[in-house]
Amino acid sequence: MLSDSPIAVEQHGPELLHHFVDAEQQRDAASLGMWLFLATEIMFFGGMFCAYLVYRYWYYNEFAAGSRSLDIYLGTINTAVLICSSLTVALGVRAAQMGKRKLLVILLLLTIVFGFAFLAIKGVEWYDKYKEHHVPGHSFNASDLEKPPYSNGGIDQQHEQIYFSLYFAMTGLHALHMIIGVGIFIFLTYYAWKGRYTPNYYTPVEIGGLYWHFVDIVWIYLFPLLYLIDRKPLR
Amino acid sequence: MATVAVTAERENYLNQEYGIRSWLLTTDHKRIALLYLISITFFFFVGGFFALLIRLELLTPAGDLVQADTYNKLFSMHGQVMIFFFLIPSIPAVLGNFLVPLMIGAKDLAFPRINLLSWYLYIIAGTIYLHCIVTGGVDTGWTFYTPFSTAFSNTKVIEAGIAIFIAGFSSILTGLNFVVTIHRMRAPGMTWSRLPLFIWAHYATSIIQLLGTPVLAITLLLVVFERAFNLGIFDPTRGGDPLLFQHLFWFYSHPAVYIMILPAMAVESEVVACFARKRVFGYNFVAMSSIAIAVFGFLVWAHHMFVAGISLYSALVFSILSYLVAVPSAIKVFNWTATMYKGSISFTTPMLYAFGFIGLFTMGGLTGLFLAALGIDVHVHDTYFVIAHFHYIMVGGAVMGYLGGLHFWWPKISGRMYPEGWGRLAALLVFAGFNLTFFPQFILGYMGMPRRYWQYPPEFQVLNVLSTAGSTILAIGYVLPMVYFLWSMRYGKIASDNPWGAAGLEWKTSSPPPTFNFDEEPEVTWEAYNYEQIPAPAEVNVER
Amino acid sequence: MFDNFPLWPVRASTNAGNVDALYIFLVALSAFMCVAIFVMILVFATMYRRRRGVEAEQIEGSSALEITWSIIPLGIFMVIFLWGAVIYFHERTPPQGASEVYVVGKQWMWKLQHEEGPREINELHVPVGRDVKLIMTSQDVIHSFYVPAFRIKQDVLPGRYTTAWFRATRPGVYHLFCSQYCGTMHSGMIGQVTVMEPVQYEAWLSGGITTGSLAASGDSLFQQLGCSTCHRFDIQGRGPNLVGLFGHPVHLEDGRTVIADENYIRQCILSPHANIPSGFKPIMPVFQGLVSEEQLTALVAYIKSLSPPPAGGQGGVSLAPKPQYPKE
Repeated sequence: MLSDSPIAVEQHGPELLHHFVDAEQQRDAASLGMWLFLATEIMFFGGMFCAYLVYRYWYYNEFAAGSRSLDIYLGTINTAVLICSSLTVALGVRAAQMGKRKLLVILLLLTIVFGFAFLAIKGVEWYDKYKEHHVPGHSFNASDLEKPPYSNGGIDQQHEQIYFSLYFAMTGLHALHMIIGVGIFIFLTYYAWKGRYTPNYYTPVEIGGLYWHFVDIVWIYLFPLLYLIDRKPLR
Repeated sequence: MATVAVTAERENYLNQEYGIRSWLLTTDHKRIALLYLISITFFFFVGGFFALLIRLELLTPAGDLVQADTYNKLFSMHGQVMIFFFLIPSIPAVLGNFLVPLMIGAKDLAFPRINLLSWYLYIIAGTIYLHCIVTGGVDTGWTFYTPFSTAFSNTKVIEAGIAIFIAGFSSILTGLNFVVTIHRMRAPGMTWSRLPLFIWAHYATSIIQLLGTPVLAITLLLVVFERAFNLGIFDPTRGGDPLLFQHLFWFYSHPAVYIMILPAMAVESEVVACFARKRVFGYNFVAMSSIAIAVFGFLVWAHHMFVAGISLYSALVFSILSYLVAVPSAIKVFNWTATMYKGSISFTTPMLYAFGFIGLFTMGGLTGLFLAALGIDVHVHDTYFVIAHFHYIMVGGAVMGYLGGLHFWWPKISGRMYPEGWGRLAALLVFAGFNLTFFPQFILGYMGMPRRYWQYPPEFQVLNVLSTAGSTILAIGYVLPMVYFLWSMRYGKIASDNPWGAAGLEWKTSSPPPTFNFDEEPEVTWEAYNYEQIPAPAEVNVER
Repeated sequence: MFDNFPLWPVRASTNAGNVDALYIFLVALSAFMCVAIFVMILVFATMYRRRRGVEAEQIEGSSALEITWSIIPLGIFMVIFLWGAVIYFHERTPPQGASEVYVVGKQWMWKLQHEEGPREINELHVPVGRDVKLIMTSQDVIHSFYVPAFRIKQDVLPGRYTTAWFRATRPGVYHLFCSQYCGTMHSGMIGQVTVMEPVQYEAWLSGGITTGSLAASGDSLFQQLGCSTCHRFDIQGRGPNLVGLFGHPVHLEDGRTVIADENYIRQCILSPHANIPSGFKPIMPVFQGLVSEEQLTALVAYIKSLSPPPAGGQGGVSLAPKPQYPKE
């Protein structure tokens, strides 16, 4: 049997786990496992996106007003930050494939920096919302929000709370996934620095990268849905 | 490589290592299966205890055993414990974990450490839920409907929600493990069309676990956030929609019932084939039916909402789809029955459970037709008719499947035979007690007795008394196996590798199996259920 | 059915017989299927029990059989679906001209108000043979209005109106249950529906202390709350003229067109800014929190009374109570 023959014992390192027949099976299993996990994450965020779609359809004016009250500059910077971080991740996987340890470590570190930058900017945005009394709850007060002059509809305070409830729930859950991602990448960086990843075995980098890309894609959806509902100039 | 030891005890997964650390830090799928067996049995009795209190209260029309609030907590926690901490894990986490690698010829699941993590998540969730029970409990019904759960209940909704959220991840990880294992780790020659139907059904179950459970997770999370942070997503006084909660909740909770029944169907296929000594009739159709049930199961959720305020037209759509999902289940029942034609049938305990399963699942499934009929559902929704329907499937179906499977694979798992006479007695008690408990409830429901009622009009008493009487018999039937399984671990007859003469790779290794399952990696050159090549055991009914 | 061991509740509405007919058909079908399968299993288990020297016959399957026992059940299921759908369609389509009873459910009681004026708590009196439409809402959590003898049930939601209807056929007293779990005294949120002969019903109606019809109290509320300041009937005021509004389409500011039904009227009162009709400004005050559910139903009933009754119907109620009976 393949994994028992003396030749095979030499060829695989300690990373091959006993229950797998060979490294290829292990790699395939890890990859399929991560893709399936990402499918579950799509369903997880999907429930919230469903709630968002329903309420946006019903309370469009309030959603538009809430959207306009978000800082589009910070949102755009964050989007750019995440896209850059996905670039460093993809380059990192390539570096691992080519056995370039130092480059890999640098790219992983850069990714972590970008991750922290994203979280910091998100923190600033949340704090702004808190100061403006846009956090749902007893002290919620969105009377400062403008309605568009081309519409006669007004802003219903209660419906506005729903927009902000979804805003905090969605960005909060996304931020939690970012934090987990940063944690994963800290581990990856440490092991990369220790030389654990070689062109023969860089699966953790690859599947960690998949996770990071997924979190990035969720943001790519969140950004237009939350920030760009109605950015027509208000004259 | 390995030689069969001639002495009494060969090395196997049970005796390979001793000590609590070797169990709590194991990554062996078989040991993890036993860890699950102990934990879910514990929760089964917690949920069963609540059920007993409910039935005792319902002996009399007045609310005289417990207070109304207590009763409301009892039925809520009975449902949550039984569904999330017993039924959903039961067969997959115990029998699935134990058997999936064995049946496909692998050494373990794809991710053994994630398997262990899955058990720890279950334990953490269970501990949080136990804490919730002892510090006041939850009274929202197992369904957490808003705005009662978010804005009116004074009980520990957040804690219960978090516990079930974590238990959901345990379920997702188990499903993920199974799908990857079945795709990537089949032994040479084990093609998809040679897989035991047990594997097909668990594959379908795992797909549902993967895609459905996250929706429950986010829904419960939103309920927890709403309560904890005063968001308004489901609050009608703030423009929120309580029906949105129901849609999101049932989008998981309907497929969840298929998570609970498909594994029992998995067991049914194996047991019927073995004790009729022939291949399952219509293998392809049974395999595809499992997949069809998983797919269609995601399309019918709003049949729980026919009177909730959805539009007439959605109701029509969901009703017709619900009839479609009934067809694959019917196909399976017919195929199992046809398997018995010209078979060679013996009446062991697992086979008795299998007979019971077909009968009770058929009855439960037929009453599903009543509920899918819009005009009837208006009358019986939220009455005891629904309770009877789902208990016929969940208990008459899933639990009997679980018990039948435990008995069937007990020799493989423990290396011992259980006492056959006691096994049959328990099976008969379960069957009789079950019917007496739940059949009267169909009548109660059509008569108009609503569910979740602490007190009820006196004309419903007779049927309630019958039901409670049945539940005591049922309880005895459940306690017996606990006792004799434990007994058998010390005093039961030593089991051979294949005491039933069954087909399947798991029977080609020792009872109990060695830690890495097979002495040599199997190579499969035969079709599933090749009973023509397997000699019948000399005596099937092995006594002590 | 059997006096000492009933299998179904008394049939007291036009709907009940239809529901029971489908039920009995399904019971017979299920009994037949169960007997067929059980007998087959018993026969197989006996005929093919394990005997020495007799081997099982390995049978792969039969596509013909599979297709047959898929198609036939599917066909039967479609018949059941259609039958149930027809009953449901009938149940969810209240006839024109039904008299209306407004229901407010709250933890843990039912408050009902007839359009003629009388209010009831946990009780509903109706005459035999009259179409009755229930317009229901909840003050707190979801409840459900269930009358087994009529075979009707409808969830009662906070924040909107849901409707149900029935025509009682048999005098008597019947259970009313709340059938959506709603908290501590869910099982105590019960009452009775009393169906009376028309003459007795009239007597009951005029016997109690009358506070005037529901629409009339809505009229006085309309004045009290200042609605008439903007919603004038003589000239074009700052708000739309409400005469003839109910039941007709409304074009909204945001481009949508909706039908002005009970839910629309209610939404306009509670959150006016979401439903501004085209051409008007969002200046209507928000009445959320300022009116109770009962006051809302009175206002809705009043605004309904400003529209002519639908053609062919027996007339809704204008400001004077005017009971009408179908001609048998």
